[in-house]
This record gives sequence, structure tokens and C-alpha cells, in this order.
Amino acid sequence: MSPSISAPALQVKAVSASPRGAAGIKQVPEVTKLIDVSVCIGCKACEVACQEWNDLGVDKIRTLPPGTYQTLPDLEYNFWQLIKFNETERDGRLLWTLTKYQCMHCEDPGCLRACPAPGAIVQYSNGIVDFVQENCIGCQFCVTGCPFDVPKISPSTGKVYKCTLCSDRVGAGLEPACAKACPTNAISFGTREKMLAQATSRAEQLKADGNAAATVYNPEGVGGTHVVYVLPHGDEPDLYGLPKNPRVTFVRLWKGPMKWLGNLVFAGGIVGVLLHYLGYGPRDVEEPRQDVH
Amino acid sequence: MTNGWTDISNADVILAMGGNPAENHPVGFRFVMEAKRRRGAKLVAVDPRFQRTAAVADHFVQIRAGTDIAFLGGLINYALQNRRFQEDYVRLHTNAPFIVRDGFTFDEKTGLFSGWDPDKKQYDASTWQYELDGQGNAKVDPTLQHPRSVFQLMKKFYSRYTPQKVSEVCGCNAEAFTKAAEIITSTYTPTRVGTIMYALGWTHHSFSVQLIKTAAMLQLLLGNVGMPGGGVNALRGHANIQGGTDMGMAYHNVPGYMPIPKAAHQSLEDYFKVAVPKPLRPNSVNFWSNTPKLFISQLKAYYASAATKGNQFGYHLHPKLPESAATGKLENWSWAFIYDHAAQGQVEGLVDFGMNPVCNGPNSRKMVFALSQLKWLVVAENFETETSSFWKPEILALAGKKTEDVKTEVFLLPAANFAEKSGSFTNSSRWAQWKYKALDAPGQAKPDQEIVGRIFTKVRELYRKEGGAFPDPVLSLDWSYANPLSPSEDEVAREINGKDLTTGQQLPSFSALKDDGTTSSGNWLYCGSYTADGNMMTRRSTEDPSGMQRFSNWAWSWPANRRIMYNRASTDAQGRPWDPSRTAIVWNGKAWVGDVPDYPGTSEPEKGAGAFIVLPEGVARLFTPGDTLKEGPFPEFYEPVESPVDNPMHPTGQSRNPVATIFKTTEWDKLGTAKDFPIVGTTYRLTEHFHYWTKNHEKSIEMQPEFFVEIPVELGQEMGIKDGEMVRVSSARGHIEGKAMLTKRIRPMTIAGKKVYQIGFPIHWGFIGRGKQGGSLANITTPPVLDPNSFCPEYKGFLVKLEKV
Repeated sequence: MSPSISAPALQVKAVSASPRGAAGIKQVPEVTKLIDVSVCIGCKACEVACQEWNDLGVDKIRTLPPGTYQTLPDLEYNFWQLIKFNETERDGRLLWTLTKYQCMHCEDPGCLRACPAPGAIVQYSNGIVDFVQENCIGCQFCVTGCPFDVPKISPSTGKVYKCTLCSDRVGAGLEPACAKACPTNAISFGTREKMLAQATSRAEQLKADGNAAATVYNPEGVGGTHVVYVLPHGDEPDLYGLPKNPRVTFVRLWKGPMKWLGNLVFAGGIVGVLLHYLGYGPRDVEEPRQDVH
Repeated sequence: MTNGWTDISNADVILAMGGNPAENHPVGFRFVMEAKRRRGAKLVAVDPRFQRTAAVADHFVQIRAGTDIAFLGGLINYALQNRRFQEDYVRLHTNAPFIVRDGFTFDEKTGLFSGWDPDKKQYDASTWQYELDGQGNAKVDPTLQHPRSVFQLMKKFYSRYTPQKVSEVCGCNAEAFTKAAEIITSTYTPTRVGTIMYALGWTHHSFSVQLIKTAAMLQLLLGNVGMPGGGVNALRGHANIQGGTDMGMAYHNVPGYMPIPKAAHQSLEDYFKVAVPKPLRPNSVNFWSNTPKLFISQLKAYYASAATKGNQFGYHLHPKLPESAATGKLENWSWAFIYDHAAQGQVEGLVDFGMNPVCNGPNSRKMVFALSQLKWLVVAENFETETSSFWKPEILALAGKKTEDVKTEVFLLPAANFAEKSGSFTNSSRWAQWKYKALDAPGQAKPDQEIVGRIFTKVRELYRKEGGAFPDPVLSLDWSYANPLSPSEDEVAREINGKDLTTGQQLPSFSALKDDGTTSSGNWLYCGSYTADGNMMTRRSTEDPSGMQRFSNWAWSWPANRRIMYNRASTDAQGRPWDPSRTAIVWNGKAWVGDVPDYPGTSEPEKGAGAFIVLPEGVARLFTPGDTLKEGPFPEFYEPVESPVDNPMHPTGQSRNPVATIFKTTEWDKLGTAKDFPIVGTTYRLTEHFHYWTKNHEKSIEMQPEFFVEIPVELGQEMGIKDGEMVRVSSARGHIEGKAMLTKRIRPMTIAGKKVYQIGFPIHWGFIGRGKQGGSLANITTPPVLDPNSFCPEYKGFLVKLEKV
């Protein structure tokens, strides 16, 4: 990995419930994790690497979920990435799409927009979106705000957790644990530019190889993601358990026009009070004061 | 492997069959993915289940467990009928032109070859031979037209394996087969190469050796053996199982794949008479004519100064396979037979390193019973296992016994694990790679060589003091290590390589071995791994001048650091590569250059020494002469010993392998019929686990916590079984219980007009470990049946019934 995306990578670019675009942020190359679904064999080495590196352990070993090899039904506060084993049929053929699922590290993170706790969610200038549990108030607005249904609350600490894209490793010039562990090179990690180029050329190769709908999954609705996929059936991201057009609509509305409208209403209230005062003066107290002696 | 892991990235077509490499060899599987990414290679997966490899395959065909020979026979027939075989290669590098002796026949109706004795239930193989000329050379017809040429016999033999027949036997549809055949046989042109990856899905049958031979025949017809990106590649299941095999782990070999001397071979001369074959073609190299040099050097490594010219280099000290007093036949001490002998009370004690026979043997109840018949049992292990604790009530109950009835004295010796000792691992690619100890073993755990060293020195001391029936082999054994209690890995590695006893120098290669007692080598195959220049196994150069991921200076590969075996076959008669873009070796006018040649290095191609130097023919065998293979010279499809149907190839004739080894020793040595057990059962492994080891590891248990049974959705519906409900799987041997996993990944099949269901269950659980164990040990159900050549048990494809609990 290039050292240019290491040590200075953890420059904070955006902070929850704080103004955006703080001054004095060094520009560092953005990083991206690329997942080539066409070569993922669902071996779960990434799951184990994630658990081991982050010192996680599930609370309760699952009782086998019906019909599947999947480790857990969904991500958990202490299980940050999961291979989804989706079984479907296409053209009379069985498809077993084994897809690694975790935080997408959106360029426009719904979680961060939704978060009312100052400094609980930060976005580094390399693109990593990280949760700072000390500042988390457990309101779970991020859970609602995430279009990928990623953050999960811990019942014991009351705080929310998710994949950090191994910000600690990346900060030290290493690749994320999952990428390091992947035996088939289905997970690559590097600068955004390089990863997008690699993804595009792999999608082209898959197209030439008979997968007409192969694409790069890097959804626009969230400003692009710092985890991108190469999907052989790119027209059907739901086959892989990925939303077709993820958006931060709810948060956008709330924090965008709604926030403006809210501010307007709030300001209007103050103006109204002022006008009322100017027009009508202070309120007359009709009732005589009852002094108690 | 004939080739190697990295070389798979040079393939155009990869057939994964009898193995599930994405599941069980995920790290090596990266080279399949590289071939796909770099060359646009096509991956074809053929298996009883749609598994992880199938998930990323270009084409998948589901077949009934145990019908692989029919499928491969169909591919051979497809290649021959459609002229999709590489004719020049076949003529030059195989025995296709050889003439077979008159009298060799195969009866399509009975399914038996000539020489069958129905009373003795064995073959007289005298007709399974070549026609020889006056000099003892095999007669050949280079036009391949002679009716008794191997080529014509083979063509006729496999003409019965039509796509329709394949479909009828295997339960796949004929179009799916034909599509697979199209892709696989597309490599018959010189510039396209295909590889085959197989594992225990092929070795776990009562016809496993024949099955692998069928694959080799297909690869030879397609001209894929010896080629970069080609070959027949066995995926070994443990880090060092290849090393174990090389070192004479199987009872019928000594280290380096020489046959074990038999009781009748009382002198070295007797032994060499059978161990050295006669050449069958005029210029054949006949490599095994070197056996005296290899074997005598091995005797020198064992017995050092006690091995002299005067005493036949200590041959009288060497163990010989005994004849049974009861039958007069040679005793069989292959793996499963050890426990069969134990069950009959013929074994006093057992020393068991790194093995858990209660779990990994077939027919677990018999295994437990066998252990209970021992006087003593020593287990060297990292964990408490079902074997070291077979006497616990819940395990012993399998054999219907109580703890107080068992007299076996059990010793569990804590052993260091792989990370707690240095040494070499020989991987599937035949690469001996040195590894270094990462941490000290905990507590009193000791590395294996120390455990062996301590036992040996103690035993020697006792023999020295007390004498005994035959102390000489123990007292004469060379044990001159710096610390006899714990020989170092380095010393042992040097000894295995061998040295010149006159100069004391480490030998550079096995070509330096002599038969006069002046050289020693523990295993000729590893001669060259630790030379005067040092330990070659520690090399870590990633330089690749070949540009084909050969990495010749990374570790060391047997034999002679050769990366592609039979690489002479990658060129034509003049030594020109079949595919100039993918060369293994080429003749430059004076010498063979490229990879280490599998051929005399300066032998002109015109001399025609033959690419397959280890065979007396000098060419590869499509037809295997003599009784090398017990079932016959060509692989025929036989049903698994427990099968739901009569063999559709010869419904009124022989259904199962006529010479399969079937135990009938204990009350658990039972076979079931389709009437009582109508479902085909098969066992397999999961990527999340490693054998019976990782059930002790919390992360593996998190990933796959408990035993389950994969059941076709249709069968579940028919039986009213819902996902996640408890079911019982029973065979004639016993039963196990686990949760039902209903899936479309196993489809119902029609076999010979009959609807047949298949279910599968993983092996990784038992009685001891984290997570839910509960005795869900898959091998309780597996049959007492072995391949008659390799004596490998039939763990895959047997009969069971399914019930709701």
C-alpha cells in the first residue's frame, strides 16, 4: 500500500452535529475497498479477521438459521461484517451469491447527517466514516439514517457500533484486516482512483466474458461509497443484498430543507414574538398579585 | 500434484471434480481465480452438491455421489467420438499404439474382464498384458489402427459411455453433460490447456484409484499432462500430508515410493527382483532400475556403520511385510486394517500421533470397539480427543460397552502444534517449505521428534539391558544426533537429503547416489533439498524468469526441484513445445532447458527415451498392464458398494466393484440395502472447520456452530420436514441426529428411471469440543468398505434413511 494514504490519513473532514468544511484540513488521497463478488468464495476469512483484529466475539452462538451457511442473520454491534449467502434462481440455474456486507463508508454519510451528538460520528478526509463511542448518546438516529442498515446498538453500552474500515490499521499504513485475510484477492484496498479503475476494468472483463450486466456498485444517491463492489449481475443489486438506489432522503429532508424550514419556523416564532411585543406591548397582568405573607 | 498451485493460473479450463477447492482449499483457490481473471479461464464444477466452488463456476453439473467414473468415461468417449483428442501427443506420449495380448476381453454384459474367477472372487491378470517381441519389448502400431491396439480397445470400451448413459447413471441431464464436455475437451488443441483439481471426493470410494486413473486418461487424450496449466492435481488436505506420503506413511511403501520388502524377499537380490521392473521399449529410461542405489543409500541412512557390503547393507535388519499364518497371504496393515486387526484382538498397543481415529475412521462404532480391545494406547495430541477419551461413557456407549469393562491403559501426551516447532511442510505442489517455530509449546507439551526420541532411547536402553527376541534392528539404528532425546529438525533434514560418506559432503541430487554403500540418503526423493549450499527449503525468492509463476528458487520441490512433472511431454518428437507461449522445457539442440527436465538432460529428442521415465514403457499408460490395478486395465464404472440402483452399465451383471474390500469382522460391519435405506448419503467438509480440530476453536464454532443435514427442499416437503427441525440419519451401522437444512443446492435425481434423493452432512463434530457436539459424528454412518488398491474407505456415496426426530 502506498504510504501516501497512511499516517496523515486520519484528518477529520466532517463531524456530526457540527459545521462542515472546517478550515485547515490537509488534502489526503481518498481510500477505497473494492469487493469483487465474482471471485468471492464465501470462506469467511474476512469475518474471522474482522472479529480477531477488533477483539470482537458474538454474545451468543447462533442456532443455525434456516437453510443457510450464513454466520448470523444480520450484522450485529459486535459483528461488523457478514458474508450474505443468497440463494436464487436465474434462467433455470441456481445462483449462490456470496457477498461480503459491511459499512459502505458513504461519501455523503446518512448516519453522520442524522447524528445530533457533536463528534459522535466523524468522516476522515480519506473517506473513512468512524463512530466515536465516547460521544455517542445512543439515540439511534444513525440507525434510521443509514440506507444500508449497518449501525447496530449494543444493549449493554447503549452505544452504536459498525465497521471502522480498520481506521486504526489504515492510519498506521496497513490495509484493513479483511483485505489482508482474503485468500482469493476478492478484497482489494488502495487509493480511490486506483480501486475505481481496477473495478471498471474488471467489470468490463466480466462483460466480455458473458455477464452483460456487470457493473461497479458505487451508488450516486449517497455521493459514492468508499466500499465499492464489482457485481456480475449489476442490474440486480438486490441479488447481493444491496439496495438498488440507496439515498439519504430522509436525512437530507430533515437536515436539508426541513432544517431550513425548521429554522424559518423557529426564527419566525421569534420574529412573531417581537412583533407581538412591539404591537401589543407587554402582557397586562389582569389578576392582582397574590402576595403571601 | 503433477503441476502445482501457482501453475493453475496458466490453465484455460479448470475442472474441479471430486473436490471442492473453494471450500477446502480457499488459499490455493486464488490461482483458479487468477486464471479466470488473467486468461479468462473457464471453471467447470462437477459435484453431488452445488457448493462454494460451484458458486463461482462457469458451469456446474450435479451428479450422484460415486458416479464420477461414468462421467469421466463419458468425457473420454466424447473426445474420441468427436475427434477432440490431441492425436500427435497421444501417439508419442502414451501407450495408445501398444498391442495388447490376444485373450484380453471385457464382457459388456457381465461387466467383467477376462480372467475372473467367480469362486475365489479375484482376477487372474495374465491376459492383461502387452504383446511382446523377441527382445521383450512391447509391440506397437503407430497408426493406432490395429484392432488390439490400446487405442482401439479403449475406443470400443468407452463407446458405451454415451451422454444418455452418463445421464442415466449420474442423474445429470445430458445437455448439462455435453456442455461440460464441450468446455473440457476444448483443450485438445496444442495451444489450449486444461487442468483437473481433485481431492477426497475421488479418493473416498471403493474404486478410487480407477477413478483417478480415468482422469489421467482424459488428460492424456487431451494432451494436458506435462503442460504448464495442465496435469492431474491432487489437493492435499493437511499442511504436510504430502510430506507424510513421501516418507512412507502408507504401509506398502518405504520412503520414496519403493515397495516395502515382503517376507519372501529374504535377500536384497530377491527384493530387487520385484522392485526393479524390466524395460518394455528399446530406449526407455526405466528410472526404477536405479532402485539399488536409492534403497542401499536408505539402508546406509538407517544403519550407518552396521550396514556393510558383507551383510547386504543391513537388509536383514529392515522390517518386512509378514505373511499371515492363517491365510498364507501377505498381511494388510493399511490404515483401516490396523483397527480391524485391533478389533480382533490382534494388536496389543497403539501409538497414535496427530490422529483421531474414533472420528476420522469409517464406521466409528467399530473404531471405538477396536480401541477398547487394546492393552494400551498412547495418544500424542494438542487437545483431548474422542480417541484419547474413547473410554468416556457417552463415547464407549457406541460400542455397547461400559467404562468399567475396558482394560485399556491410555496415555495422553501433550504435543506441540505446528506453530510450536520448526521443520518443513511439503504442500500439494510438492514444495518442501521450511517454517520456523513461532512460540514455545505450553506446559509440558513437546514436539513430536522429542516424544519419539525419548521413547526410542528408552526402548533401546531396555533392549540393551534385557536383550529380547531380536534387538539388532533397534540397537543398530543410527541415532547419532547431538541430543538423542530430541533430534533437531535441521539434523533430520540433512539426514533425509543424505551425504557422501567418503567426503562427508551433503549430496547435490539423487543422481549422485551409489549402490556400493558410499552414500546415504533417508529419502532419495528429497535428495537435493539440503545440499552443501545449505537448506534449499528455506529459499524465498519470488523471482520468476519463466513469467509463468514457476518461482524455481522459492523453497524446493521434489524431485530435483522440478516444478512440472512429465514436462518432456510438453514438447513434440523434436523437442519443440506444443504451445510456444507456454513452455515447460525445450530442446535447444544440446540440452533441455527451462524447468528441471523430467528426462535425461542432454538426451536428444530423436533418441525417443520416452517422457514417462518412471514407467518401463517410457510412455503413459492408458491401458494398465498386469495386476497393478486389481479391477482391470481400463476403469469401468461400478456402483458404490451401497447403491440405490443396479449398475445401469450392466444391469444383469456385476453392479459394484467385484474386488472391493469389505470388512465382515464385527457386529457393526454391516451393509444396508435400498429397501431399508433408500437415500444416497455423502459426507464432506466445510471451509469454516479443519477436520475435528477446530471444534476446539471459538471462532470456527462461531462461524459454523453445529452439525446439520443438507436435504433437498423436495424431500423435506415430501417428508414434512421443516428447516431447522431435528432429523435422524441412519445407516446399517448407526445413526446421528442434527438440524435439517433444506436447500435447492441438492436436487432430486432420476437414476435409471428411478427417483433418487441425495442428502449430505459435514464431518466436523463429535463428542468433545466447544459449541454443540452431542455425538453428531458423521462417520457413525459410513460403511466398512475400502478401495482394493489404496485401501481408502468409501466415505462418500452410501445408503441412509432419514426420519424426523
